Amino acid sequence: MPIKTFFIYLAVMAITTYLIRMIPFVIFDHKIENKRVKAFFDYIPYTVLSAMTFPSVLYSTGSIWSAAAGCLVALILAFRNRSLLVVAIGACLGTLAVEAGLMFLPLG
Amino acid sequence: MERQTDSPRLGFKSGVMHGLPIGMGYLSVSFSFGVLAVSLGLSWWQALLVSIANVTSAGQVAGVGIMAAGGSLVEMAISQLVINIRYSLMAISLSQKADDSVTKLSRVLMAYGITDEIFGVASGSGKSFSKRYFLGLMVLPLLGWFLGTFLGAIIGSVLPQILIDSLSIGIYGMFIAIVLPVARKKKGVAITAAVAVILSLVFYYVPVFKVLSGGFATIISAVVAALIGALLLPVDDKEAAHAD
Repeated sequence: MPIKTFFIYLAVMAITTYLIRMIPFVIFDHKIENKRVKAFFDYIPYTVLSAMTFPSVLYSTGSIWSAAAGCLVALILAFRNRSLLVVAIGACLGTLAVEAGLMFLPLG
Repeated sequence: MERQTDSPRLGFKSGVMHGLPIGMGYLSVSFSFGVLAVSLGLSWWQALLVSIANVTSAGQVAGVGIMAAGGSLVEMAISQLVINIRYSLMAISLSQKADDSVTKLSRVLMAYGITDEIFGVASGSGKSFSKRYFLGLMVLPLLGWFLGTFLGAIIGSVLPQILIDSLSIGIYGMFIAIVLPVARKKKGVAITAAVAVILSLVFYYVPVFKVLSGGFATIISAVVAALIGALLLPVDDKEAAHAD
């Protein structure tokens, strides 16, 4: 890919992504009073993250087994109110343990 | 959870501290992106520039894919719009929690840092957040994002696959850690999050919906679930105050 082409792609990509973030953030500078509209925006963070996690988390590693193990560890730690970092590391270690196990006992 | 408590006003330093786990998580995600970008033919500095200019995982993966395939600029713009439109929802949601220190001008800068995790942590940080807190929150995730991309592009090709695989689940662990504790305390969040997961599963596994891209499926699931919540379980002000 020529350097010039790369920079044109990069500019289109970056400008689109930035405007998507910036325009609504700058325009909505008043508090929304309507109870239902407010509830909608209170729920959005959690519904977005939930939909992004499931089922994608199950396909984020080398196999569905190791991913399920990592996910389970994360669920347990998060249920116990552990910090973001602890939950993330727990998920990685749970996955790693099963990935290592699968090297000796391939399940697919 | 510490970051859920209602401190009067969290400052820059608290923001930086709260950004640490996000930054750590981003190291591994952007590392995978760096590995991918170079494998698609980008040089290390091109991969790094993509990360600096965008700061969005799914969008960047799609973007370098389009570059590698020689796709059109319209396709590039539309793919970013569809995958990243959730940031618009997050931006509106954040605008509702921004305190008086968050001026219009500062929003032009802060908008650059709206990512899923920064949004999630800022939303969970209390009733409202200040400009300084949010800017502090951006620091380590951005550094992690750039550094991870750089490392992935430079040394990713020599790291064993098993480690790369295990690191890549970390980001989802963080998502779970943001949602689950709040869902345990608030019925409305628990129900809407569960609805979002069910819809997302339906979009993924039911053949007829497979034409939808992942980005589109996510946004439809999230919006429908939040709409159901807004109609059936409107939050009253006391409950919404995050006084856990």
